[in-house]
Amino acid sequence: MMARLPRRGLAQILALVIILAVDRMVSPQFFDLRLQDGRLFGSMIDVLNRGAPVALLSLGMVLVIATRGIDLSVGAVMAIAGAIAASLADSHSLPLVLAAALGTGLVCGLWNGFLVAVLGIQPIIATLILMVAGRGIAQLITEGRIVTFTSPDLGWFGTGAIFGLPAPVVIVAGMLLLTGALVRGTALGLLIEATGGNARASELAGVGTRLMIVAVYAWCGLCAALAGIISAADIMGADANNAGLWLELDAILAVVIGGTSLFGGRFSLLLAVVGALIIQAMNTGILLSGYPPELNLLVKAVVVLAVLLLQSPRLAGWVGLASRLTGAKA
Amino acid sequence: MKGLPPVVITAIVLVAGFAICAMQYPNIASTRVVGNLLTDNAFLGIVATGMTFVIISGGIDLSVGSVIGFTTVFVAIAIERLGVPPWLAFVATLVLCTAFGAAMGGIIHLFDLPPFIVTLAGMFLARGASFLLSTESIPINAPVYSTVSDFALRLPGGGRLTAIAIIMLAVIVAGALLLHLTRFGANVYALGGSRATTALMGIPVGSMTVRIYMLSSALSGLAGIVFSFYTAAGYSLSAVGVELDTIAAVVIGGTLLTGGQGTVVGTFLGILIQGLIQTYITFDGTLSSWWTKIVTGILLFAFIALQQAIIVLARRSAVRKGAKP
Repeated sequence: MMARLPRRGLAQILALVIILAVDRMVSPQFFDLRLQDGRLFGSMIDVLNRGAPVALLSLGMVLVIATRGIDLSVGAVMAIAGAIAASLADSHSLPLVLAAALGTGLVCGLWNGFLVAVLGIQPIIATLILMVAGRGIAQLITEGRIVTFTSPDLGWFGTGAIFGLPAPVVIVAGMLLLTGALVRGTALGLLIEATGGNARASELAGVGTRLMIVAVYAWCGLCAALAGIISAADIMGADANNAGLWLELDAILAVVIGGTSLFGGRFSLLLAVVGALIIQAMNTGILLSGYPPELNLLVKAVVVLAVLLLQSPRLAGWVGLASRLTGAKA
Repeated sequence: MKGLPPVVITAIVLVAGFAICAMQYPNIASTRVVGNLLTDNAFLGIVATGMTFVIISGGIDLSVGSVIGFTTVFVAIAIERLGVPPWLAFVATLVLCTAFGAAMGGIIHLFDLPPFIVTLAGMFLARGASFLLSTESIPINAPVYSTVSDFALRLPGGGRLTAIAIIMLAVIVAGALLLHLTRFGANVYALGGSRATTALMGIPVGSMTVRIYMLSSALSGLAGIVFSFYTAAGYSLSAVGVELDTIAAVVIGGTLLTGGQGTVVGTFLGILIQGLIQTYITFDGTLSSWWTKIVTGILLFAFIALQQAIIVLARRSAVRKGAKP
């Protein structure tokens, strides 16, 4: 299993390297770094920094998808958490603001988990409810305005720096390590994969599949809330209409590019984050190249299709058949 | 299925909601308001008819909103910048959209990929293509447009049944006939019930999948044309997020998202319920637009919970019947 991991990620890492190389051709200063005001600047840092919200979302999303689920509500949860953080930031202490925003994300995740695991509703539909209603709730909190704040404490989450690295990048790295420790340092990851592989068989084998499902949606909600805090802190305000808009699709895309199947089962946290970086490296590359940003969606569509076709079991079957027919060694 | 079918419940909710609204604002119960409701939601009704077929067959189509956006820009550019006669632009659009749907259906079937992701890619592709065509809003001044928007059947009470509302009603009637009376419709239900069983019964699953997505995309194209009549412009950002409104309407209409159950009439009622909420908020004037989203979310939850309860009850009674003999 461990020996297979590097081979599994080869395609994604290769894709990231190729896209970065293309970016380098488009913009010769792409890898240049400079230190200013105790913070590193450069296109590469920008990719990491801008990719942070989607990377955080994909960390939660990959676990949900591993249980054969999907969470469409993460963008709306981002908007809600951002709205709460921004409206409390100037009147309350930072720990309280964070607790309120993260707590809301957790509650949203538990609600999704309840619908999926207890009521047995299909994940797409169950999370669609919060996706539709959530943005309305966020607008209700901000009363339809863009709420701004001046608290530098909360602002740090978007624009601060640790050891020269932007705070969002450090937060993503921290969450990656924490999530990795939780699911790979314990048996949790295996149980999640078992739930996604075959929920009924796992249930019979004694896995608490319902608890697993509720837990992954809760974690996904928490990650989304954190992403919402970062996006709100980045612009020192909350825009309930646009915060996290369509990011659920990018997060799902990142997970799929990272090689985790939508049909559940085996997953990889690291590759999901690599998937998020691939998406951001494409976005940044198109911006730097001076091509119209409208091309972005087209490139994204082509990349999704290519990745999907590569992963298609049907295609693998045909290739296998072809190699057997030509007499290649199995 | 014992008890009330979901469509009947949707109808009851619509009638009750309409009665409540009419009690508060008697003007809502006029042909004028109803006529406007049909006109404002005409494009939604057309897309939702196609979506009903897709969802009953066990799939989903996220690309519909983008296809509408693409269509409005395509039609506007063809008519205004290239001077193509409008009818030719419409035919070209419909052919293009149908081919697009066929491609998505083909990929879904050939490579055994989840419709969610394939149509997501389709959504990016169609939106990206419309951005490439133009990012500006292009007004359409062709004489056909003013003729069509001026045309309306007078209803008693001063209401107007506009041309685009008539197109929607025609699509819904045709959709209902196609779904409930033809072999194609029966196959759609079969596919949603069980793909494997359907294949074993000798129904060509592949060509059915392709044709269902063709239908959905073609109707999205038609909805785009209707939308361009409605706004008299082509804009690449139009109809963003319409796929969600559509899916919500289909679900509120009593169609099972797991496939195998549902009606076009229910979808139409679902569209009307959403339109009614919007109308109520306009009449009230103090409620903000976000209440539409919240109430739609609550309704979605109520209908899904209801369907889930029906399924659980049906399963239980089936188990009981199986245990007796």
